[in-house]
Amino acid sequence: MINMECWNRENRRTRTWRLTGFGALIRENYEYFSLPLGLFLFLFIWKTASGFYPSFILPSPGEVWGRWQEFYRQRLFFHHFSATFLEAFGGFCLAAAIALPLSYVLAGNPFLEKIFTPYIVGMQAVPIIALAPLLVIWFGFGITSKVLVAALAAFFPILTNGVVGFRETDPRFREMMAIMGAGRKTIFWKLEIPSALPVLFGGLKMGMTLSVIGAVVGEFAGAGRGLGYLVNSARGNFDTPLIFVALLLLALLGIGFYLFLSGFEYLAVPWKRRQKG
Amino acid sequence: MPVPVIDVKEVTLSFNSEPARATPPELAGVNMQIYEGEIVSLVGPSGCGKSTLLRLICGVLPPTKGRIKVYGKKAVPGWSGLGFVPQDALLFPWRTVLANVRLPLEIKAGGKKRLEELNEKAREALRLANLEGAEEKYPHQLSGGMKQRAALARGLVTGSRILLLDEPFAALDDITRTQLQLELLNLHSRMGSTILLVTHNIFEAVFLSSRVVVMGEKPGRILGEVKVDLDYPRDLRIMGTPEYGRKVGEVQALLEKAWGDD
Repeated sequence: MINMECWNRENRRTRTWRLTGFGALIRENYEYFSLPLGLFLFLFIWKTASGFYPSFILPSPGEVWGRWQEFYRQRLFFHHFSATFLEAFGGFCLAAAIALPLSYVLAGNPFLEKIFTPYIVGMQAVPIIALAPLLVIWFGFGITSKVLVAALAAFFPILTNGVVGFRETDPRFREMMAIMGAGRKTIFWKLEIPSALPVLFGGLKMGMTLSVIGAVVGEFAGAGRGLGYLVNSARGNFDTPLIFVALLLLALLGIGFYLFLSGFEYLAVPWKRRQKG
Repeated sequence: MPVPVIDVKEVTLSFNSEPARATPPELAGVNMQIYEGEIVSLVGPSGCGKSTLLRLICGVLPPTKGRIKVYGKKAVPGWSGLGFVPQDALLFPWRTVLANVRLPLEIKAGGKKRLEELNEKAREALRLANLEGAEEKYPHQLSGGMKQRAALARGLVTGSRILLLDEPFAALDDITRTQLQLELLNLHSRMGSTILLVTHNIFEAVFLSSRVVVMGEKPGRILGEVKVDLDYPRDLRIMGTPEYGRKVGEVQALLEKAWGDD
């Protein structure tokens, strides 16, 4: 049994309501129920909608599940999933390795920022889908071109968040560190990095999700394996259940990456965790 | 003749490098001597350069003219004999209280000392500042008074003989402010530190200090000083004495003179 307080607008008094039984159970434990409840609703709506369309337009969840089992038995899962995983993760790491140091340099040097910004914005303005064929021509059908497309997709949010994060360092903290006699290196490790971390993680999470999109775009432009390639080839065969399998695997990959970084953030930024708590 | 521990001689500070468009300097011809074990307050209107003077003494700002000596040597940042307590505590939000207090020691040690050794010193400073038991808390979990205590502990942790306090109690409620004022007096009587305090509060300045230095603005300069001959250790009862009232009046008169000059 729980108490729910609500504001009675008419007589401006606080009134107490009591909720009992199943309602109270749900309300007290809603965080445990929300995920399975959402999944159930999603599957229910999908199943109902699939009854109105033929399988090649909208397959039912059961058909997709059956196609997944067949796909798995053919030992194709690892073959395609690992390719997209490596391309996206490799692209993300490459983007982070370039964007984070560059963001630090640009944040501290307005002159360099003025030189670089038009090129960075211009690069971001060109749609990644238009750049991907060029990279495939230059670097071939192998993993390199896909890693580069994924890196380009992830680069911009990591860079912009990095610049904002490093620039947000409170100047009063800098002065405090100077009074304590801290040198450049100490200020970097003990002030600038921890101060920027929450914003950096925002950019990294966004970049990691975009790197999956980049890898798929790269595979669309030309590849022999990967989940993007799978979507493309299944489309040619009107194998819609296989497209759904690939899409769900892509969603899982994106969620997995996001959760991985969120977990890392949870450990690396404990003070924000406690602020929320 | 005793030697001053802080000696400010003919100090001028100007941020304007173009004489043709010169605005009044921040500070002009400031002379001030502070002796061992004194508590001296700097009072004056906002923008008169009180906090700037503290930064000059810390060594983070070089004077345009004149010289500043601390214990007979040129002021340099990072000298362990000098502790600084800023107005907003300025505790790093990503560090626990213990890690915040330990920070000046980490910087001095440069990774050469064991963490446990540094922690022990930080705990000792927290004991001095009456903040035991809050070691593992983060700054956002502390009250305003606790934050200032942590900042005070950080100022003391290197064994500082001089404490520079920049309006440390300005953001606190009356009760907490009074409590911390008494704790500061207690700390002073136990450790004999030299304290230079910047404040807007005339009552606080007279209650705590042996001398109150009054500053004027445009340019920032020293208008005069009021010697407070009330005995230490002090408690709240002195606020009811005629001598205390007279001293507050003298400081007030000097400040009014500054307003009149404008």
